[in-house]
Amino acid sequence: MWLSLILLGIFTAAVNGQIDVVTRAALEGAQTAVKTAFGLIAIMAFWLGIVKIAEQAGLIRGLAFLVRPLVRVLFPSVPKDHPAVGAIVMNLSANVLGLGSAATPMGLIAMRELQKLNPYPDRASDAMCTFLALNTACLTLIPSTIIGIRAFYGSTDPTAVVGPTILATACGMTAAVLVDRFLRGVYRARGK
Amino acid sequence: MLEVVSALSKWAIPVFLVVVLLAGTIRGVRVFEAFVEGAEQGFGMAVKIIPYLVAMIVAINIFRASGAMDIFVGAIGPLLTCFGAPPEILPHALMRPLSGGAALGIATELIEEHGPDSFIGLLVSTAQGSSDTTFYVLTLYFGAVGIRKYRYAVASGLTADLTTLLASILVVTAIFK
Repeated sequence: MWLSLILLGIFTAAVNGQIDVVTRAALEGAQTAVKTAFGLIAIMAFWLGIVKIAEQAGLIRGLAFLVRPLVRVLFPSVPKDHPAVGAIVMNLSANVLGLGSAATPMGLIAMRELQKLNPYPDRASDAMCTFLALNTACLTLIPSTIIGIRAFYGSTDPTAVVGPTILATACGMTAAVLVDRFLRGVYRARGK
Repeated sequence: MLEVVSALSKWAIPVFLVVVLLAGTIRGVRVFEAFVEGAEQGFGMAVKIIPYLVAMIVAINIFRASGAMDIFVGAIGPLLTCFGAPPEILPHALMRPLSGGAALGIATELIEEHGPDSFIGLLVSTAQGSSDTTFYVLTLYFGAVGIRKYRYAVASGLTADLTTLLASILVVTAIFK
């Protein structure tokens, strides 16, 4: 898929007679990527520091203990009270509250913990797939960016979309969990 | 209700920090040493993501800038209109999982052009707020731990996006039309 995006792009640019945009788009893309990653260094360092304290204080395991029943249903392959669970809970809570700068580091910490349980280091584990399905379809209570834009363009009720947004994500999240469960079965049956 | 939630968002991190630091102190954790020890790994984790992120954003950028994206939008446009969606929101729907910035740009343009309280404005606001940039999240999270085989993660992520989009259309039509 990655290959076809690039090849189709270059081919289309050539047909449209604007092959010069390819090089520019590629270099600009690389720059965006590196800038994003460098921006992450700051928040990652901060949150990894805080989480280390929380971990040594036993808070992460405590959090994992609280959501035990839910974990057994959603992440059967993760041992109960594993630190990964604590990180997953913190990531999802930050997402729900719309705290992007905390959600990403918590998510990456969760992935690091899940990777410790993964028998094939270059292949996504079942738990990782479930976690990402939940994460990409995660509910946010207040979509603050879009509310700001609506207010800026003179909406009479900028927050009118909050209810519909929550309903729509709830559907998406349900679909994510169901499809994840289904595909897990399919991939296991094929031994992949 | 909304005020409560927004106050909750504002207070969540400061309160969390206080809880962690106090709990750490009470349990006898050497908080400063623990913080530095954890923070040390931040650089490595962020840098490890760079190659994956470069690979993905470069490919999406080329696909978009070359005009291939527009052709793709034109080709599957009629499919979406079957569900009662106005064709104007299609570029946004397709961009949403690929690039957060680009999708937000399209949403802003649509809101500016049609007005925030128009059907299209409400629909695109809902679609923007209810989903995430799936490919970015996958690249970032898998990249950070060096996973190269995503298995079915892309399929379930995109199914969720599609469901969210269709649900947005249904809900916004039911409430506002």
